[in-house]
This record gives sequence, C-alpha cells and structure tokens, in this order.
Amino acid sequence: MNARWVSIALGALSLFATACEREIRPFQDLAVASARTQKPVLSPFQHNAYGTAEGKRLFDQYNCTGCHSHGGGGMGPALMDDTWVYGSDPANIFESIVEGRPNGMPAWRNKIADQQVWELVAFIQSMSGQEPIDVLPGRSDHMRYSTPENARPAQTPVQTHTP
Amino acid sequence: MIRKSGCGLPRAQSRGLPRVQSRGIRDSLWLSVLACLAASCTGNQATFNPHGPIARSIANHGWWLLLMCTLVYVAVMIAFFNAVWRRRRDTDDLPETARRLTRNVSIAVALTVVILIGIAASSVVAGRGLYSPGGAGALTVDVVGHQWWWDFQYHDVTPSDVFTSPNELHIPVGVPVVIKAMSTDVIHSFWVPNLMGKRDLIPGIVTNTWIQADQPGVYRGQCAEFCGHQHAHMALNVVAEPMDRFQAWVQHQREPAREPSTDEERKGRDVFMQSPCVTCHAIRGTDAGSHVGPELTHVSSRLTLAAATLPNARGHLAGWIANSQSIKPGNRMPPNALDPADFQALLAYVRSLQ
Repeated sequence: MNARWVSIALGALSLFATACEREIRPFQDLAVASARTQKPVLSPFQHNAYGTAEGKRLFDQYNCTGCHSHGGGGMGPALMDDTWVYGSDPANIFESIVEGRPNGMPAWRNKIADQQVWELVAFIQSMSGQEPIDVLPGRSDHMRYSTPENARPAQTPVQTHTP
Repeated sequence: MIRKSGCGLPRAQSRGLPRVQSRGIRDSLWLSVLACLAASCTGNQATFNPHGPIARSIANHGWWLLLMCTLVYVAVMIAFFNAVWRRRRDTDDLPETARRLTRNVSIAVALTVVILIGIAASSVVAGRGLYSPGGAGALTVDVVGHQWWWDFQYHDVTPSDVFTSPNELHIPVGVPVVIKAMSTDVIHSFWVPNLMGKRDLIPGIVTNTWIQADQPGVYRGQCAEFCGHQHAHMALNVVAEPMDRFQAWVQHQREPAREPSTDEERKGRDVFMQSPCVTCHAIRGTDAGSHVGPELTHVSSRLTLAAATLPNARGHLAGWIANSQSIKPGNRMPPNALDPADFQALLAYVRSLQ
C-alpha cells in the first residue's frame, strides 16, 4: 500500500520536473545562435528569429521600402539578390545604414537606435537567405508582396565594389 | 510519508496531530478564499465596486445573476440529494403519486422558464445602458490602442487646441464622456472596471462606448484582450475631477511645452533633438512631431510612466530611457546608450516638461 503511494507520488513529482524549462526570448542580449547554424555569430541579432522579425517590421516602418522596395530594388539597389555593392557582412550593412552611401543612401546615425539597426541588419541578411531556414520570416503583418523569405533560394553574396 | 487530501492540505488527523490544528489550517484556507472573493468587492479595479452609472448597472446585474444562480443551485442540490437518499416506498406506484410528480415537474419547468426570461430581461436592460450614452455627450475622447500603451485624443474645432494625453484619461465628474475606440495594430480592449464594461479596440473599425464617474478619484484600467508580450503591462489611469479642475487641466494640456529655463535643460533639449528620441516622440512647441510613441509635451505632469507600469519619478524615467527592455521586454522603445553628461541633461529636460 505504502509503496504504491510512494511510486505514485514520485511519478507525479517527475511530471513537475518537465515544467522546469521555459522558453527564453533574448530581447536585448546577444542572441543564442540557431540550432542549425554552424556559422559564427557576427552581430547581436544574427541567427535570431525575434530580432529578424523585428527588423522586418522596422524595414517597413522606417520606409526602407521607399527606395529598396520589398527587397527587389527601385531607386536603391535590390537586397534579395546576390549583389552586394559594399559587402554582405553584418558590419558592412551596419555601416551602410549608419554612415549612408553615395548616390542617395542617407546616414541614419542618431536617427535609428543601434539595437534597431542590428535588427535591420539581421532582416536584410535574411532577405537573400543568409540566415538559417528556422530564422527566416515566413509571414508578413500585411498582404504578402513577394515570396516569403523562408521560401526564397539562398544567394551566394558577391561584392561588386572594391574600396 | 506525506499524503495529500483532495483540497491539497496535509491530512493532519491521520498523523495523530490534535484536531484543533487541522481546523485552524482549514479555517485559514476558508478565510483566504473569502478574502479573495471580498477583494473583488472593494478597492480599485473591481467590478463590484462601481463608481459610475454603467458600472453600477453591470454590478447590479452581476449580483442579480449571482443570487439567481445560487438559489437555483441550492434548490437543485437539495432535490438531487433527496433523490439519492430517499428510499423507494410502496406508494410510489400509485396513480396519485404519478399525478403529484407531473405537477411538481410542471412547476419546476415553469419556474425555470420564468427565471431564464427574468435573467435575459435583466441582461438586455444592463446591456442597453452600456452602449448608448445617458445624455448628449458634451465631450468626446478618442482612445487609440497601441502595443502597449493608450493614447487619449481630445478634439476641438480649433486645430491648435487638439491634444493627446497618453495613458491618462481625464474626465469631469458626473458628465457622460463618449469614447470612440480604435487601434493601430492588433485588437485591444478598453476596460475600467470601476466605471464601465469592456470595449474592444479593433483595427480599421471605430467602436463607441461611454464612461462616467460619480465621484472624483483615480481609477485604474487595464487592457482586457491579449495583445502580445506586454499585454499585462498595458494599463491606464482615469482621473475624474470636478469640472473646474478638469477645465484647468485641459487649458494646461493645450499649451505647448515649457521652454527650458536652465543651461542643463537647454542642453537636454538639444540631446533630445539630436538622438533617436525625436524619431518617435512629439513635444509640441519644438521640432519633435512624430506620433509613433507617446507624446511628451507634458510628460512629467502625469501620474505614471510606461502605461501605468512605473511611478513617475526621475529614477524610473532614467531606467526607462536607458534600457526599457529590462522593464517591459519586447516593447517598441530601444535601449539608448547616451554619454552620461548628455543623459543627465536629457533627464533634466524631460523632467521639466510639466
């Protein structure tokens, strides 16, 4: 009798143990790398789904679409192809946003907070598939305008401009 | 070995402890349950503590429902246990017993129908009061839901007299105020339990409700529809005050921001204008005019910061500006790494915006 109750109590306790792990969302710290990536993490929100999704929201809200369209390019260069005028590394993209570039890209220094720039960097990398598939956004807040990021063919970056 | 009884208390008797102690534990449990129930009858943000006509009709309806349901429950339980414990008798098969049973069941069905109609009528009466103002709305306020804060917009025929009051709704006492509710992102729900029922804020649709307070006071409200990470920290204050004080408050809010009076405040204004703050926040009377985040023209005259999450004090403001993500993770305001001297100047300027 007692042994049965003890085993029932232990079984119930082991159920409680399953509740010890909870999801952790890094809102500000260095992102935990995706389980599927082997690449080193080079920016705060690289390989981080939350930061990439925030970057997607900010890309529209800061009107990046005004020149770059939704990645296909217009007044500004396309961001979903393999051509990178100033380099595809997170640091290059950060510098392009913060410092601006010739022929129209404005400098966003002191306009966009650093954390948001890094979120934009993560999203811009995801536009041409430079992020693991489980990080790439699959949905938009609004009507879909192109193939979802996680369904586009990944591009191999080519730098066209040599400094 | 510890065994648990059905209600989660250790069974003290089975371990030979004095019976008095177990009764003490049980009594304290009952007292705490009663205290939890009583907490919904008093204090702030409590439906059963109405301070306005709409809340009163909701509370009356709630008490009426509770009374009827309690009576029906007790009657059904009495009949149920009677049926379980009652022995069969020889007289049960007589035709006059069958006639009596038919009569009893008919009475029970008739009572049920009457009670249901009564409850439905009470519901209709209480519901009619919620969505049609009691009088001609002298004042209309737009409430706009954002992730995760409230914007109250006071309109006027003169464009320069239009102002917004984030997270703090001021209303005159005893006057119905019409609320036009809308949302910019997802569905929120506007709820001030002491004054009114819930009203959903739906993107793309303007919904109407009204609010009225009978006594001056500060009434806390809360978003009542899950809207994302910080839904639980999306609160607001309704400040009900006499008409003359309300008019004085409106006059003050219509004024542009106070000019900085010291060198530090002037420097703080420059920091504000040259940092990402200006991208989202408006300060009327300056070049800052963006309405993505809450307007800051009179921010230091408000009771709270961060949608009624923090008391409005210099230290809380500093923590919020430096890293709001540690206070409300996932909110839309990014951390701001500023030079310490610039940061102190910025604090002095924002604190001066009375």
